[in-house]
Amino acid sequence: MNAREEILARLRSARADAVPPPVPRQYRRAGETDPARLAEMLTDRLVDYRAGVHPCAPDALAATVATVLAGVTPLVVPPDLPEDWLTAYPGVVHRDGDPQPLTLADLDGAGAVLTGCAVAIAQTGTIVLDTGAAQGRRALTLVPDHHVCVVRLKQVVATVPEALARLADPTRPLTFVSGPSATSDIELNRVEGVHGPRRLDVILVSADG
Amino acid sequence: MSNPLVGNRPFPRAARTALRDAQLRANLRMATGTIRAKRAAVVSEMDDWEDLRAAGAAIKADVLARLPDLLVEFEAAATAAGAVVHWARDAAEACAIVADLVRETGATEVVKVKSMATQEIGLNEALAAVGVEAVETDLAELIVQLADDRPSHILVPAIHYNRTQIRDLFARRMAAVDATALTDDPPALTAAARAHLREKFLTAKVAISGANFAVAQTGTLVVVESEGNGRMCLSLPETLISVVGVEKLVPTFADLEVFLQLLPRSSTGERINPYTSMWTGVTPGDGPQNVHIVLVDNGRSHTLADPVGRQALWCIRCSACLNVCPVYERVGGHAYGSVYPGPIGAILSPQLTRGGDPSLPYASTLCGACYDVCPVKINIPEVLVHLRQTLRHPVAERPAMRALAWVMRDRRRYAAALRAARAGAAPLRGLARRRGGTTVRRLPWPLSAWTAHRDAPLPPAQTFRDWWRASGRPQA
Repeated sequence: MNAREEILARLRSARADAVPPPVPRQYRRAGETDPARLAEMLTDRLVDYRAGVHPCAPDALAATVATVLAGVTPLVVPPDLPEDWLTAYPGVVHRDGDPQPLTLADLDGAGAVLTGCAVAIAQTGTIVLDTGAAQGRRALTLVPDHHVCVVRLKQVVATVPEALARLADPTRPLTFVSGPSATSDIELNRVEGVHGPRRLDVILVSADG
Repeated sequence: MSNPLVGNRPFPRAARTALRDAQLRANLRMATGTIRAKRAAVVSEMDDWEDLRAAGAAIKADVLARLPDLLVEFEAAATAAGAVVHWARDAAEACAIVADLVRETGATEVVKVKSMATQEIGLNEALAAVGVEAVETDLAELIVQLADDRPSHILVPAIHYNRTQIRDLFARRMAAVDATALTDDPPALTAAARAHLREKFLTAKVAISGANFAVAQTGTLVVVESEGNGRMCLSLPETLISVVGVEKLVPTFADLEVFLQLLPRSSTGERINPYTSMWTGVTPGDGPQNVHIVLVDNGRSHTLADPVGRQALWCIRCSACLNVCPVYERVGGHAYGSVYPGPIGAILSPQLTRGGDPSLPYASTLCGACYDVCPVKINIPEVLVHLRQTLRHPVAERPAMRALAWVMRDRRRYAAALRAARAGAAPLRGLARRRGGTTVRRLPWPLSAWTAHRDAPLPPAQTFRDWWRASGRPQA
């Protein structure tokens, strides 16, 4: 018998009598929906993680991008990042896949990366990236030391269950980011900034225009 | 090779050595105290915490009831997404599969994400034996690896080191570090680790990980981490090999909504961990293009067959039980002799090893704090008591247990024994009273074997039966 068959047989004989129990789901699967309160909670959590939060109106996005990225260059962006986010940014922009995918050295040498996100979770201060619109492949948001992420208020949900339910395709590569990289491995004290981006800035776009 | 699940001496002897280390006890007291407070704070802000625990426990029980079917479902989904699924009956088979996969790539160095499963099978040692160096990239694992030490905690393997000890270690073992300039400030130490590993991340061809969860429905693997070392390993190399215990499954993607809430609050005491990565097979143009998954039994099917003991397989490796355990806080992780220390280790290690160190279920006061904090409601005290009954008794207790069993089988023998014990204990009672208690610390041989690890209670001066007879029956 090969390993697969033997393991499955052992597991079957261990639970020959098994009756699957019902799963009680009384926990919260939805929460706050008021946009102002969601924005407030998300901001509170992100600040707690020492991420920068920059609220802005939809028509001020390009100007806010330029302010947050003042003095930072070159900037890397995913292939489909909207052009109009960059109209006020004066630095050099490297667009992934235009014409070639950026190398790790390109990403390592970048001043920052600018992306959007799939969904954000207010209760935990989390940004979810699913490599969908304006997000790019995983290395793009990992190797540069500074990640600037544009979150639209309509993308913000209150709880983890709502966020998972919103994802278009759970089999895409998913990255849940909650603040800059951190460790608690030395005497359990949290230190921000290890291998992932050491700086995270969130531009929170208030309402959609 | 030594078994990573069994120490080279039984718990009581290892514990005696550990208890003499005052620095270790100070480091542990400090660290577990910190994390207990953090956990309590973030758990208290969740008004549905008990509902989440109930769901978590039920999902895990459901998984174990349907495990073979869910594994087949997982294999089909992962394979369809481009992963190659391997099966390993035991540690040796799992190590051989991984070693072969690494050798096929020609790599002599692999980067590793912190993984209990790979520690459990002794993978780093097995890879070293075939000339492959495994570089641990989690900060605490790196500390332990540089010190040629063993992890002592599931979540924070270097919990037994303080910042000064870590500073000295980095100054000695990191080639590129300026030893004279390095301080023991945690941000400075963290920056040193970043510099040390950066080049390895950017050039590694092969990464090895475990998985916190595996989704049967979609074939997705999940890694929960903090530092970004996981993301580096999971997205930059060409080849990714993940070693996953068969019990890590959850049925559906939506089930992750329970565990992504339970795990970080229980383990690091954070609302959520900084990074969670999920991947399903191969994604063209993004991340590793050779994706392997090694499903490992290694004693799990044996554990599953025990109706009481099987709940140990619900464990999601959060380590909350270690942090609240009065025994763990005093002896540290090494005394347990297994990569799984603390209360969960005391029930998991002896089951995975079919006996292993049978003294481990006694490494507990049965206070129950572990059960209270367990995010999936594993009744650890219940399993501890169960294993004390089913595993071999420690040598010193075997004759005592046999004698007690004989005495207690007969009412007259029992009453006579009680009388004898009362008479024998009379001289000790004055002694105990002077100490302000009703227990004796040391009995003469052969009963000294019993009191070596616990106080013996003195029998009361009057039994209930005697009192009942003396006070007369209650009046109607």
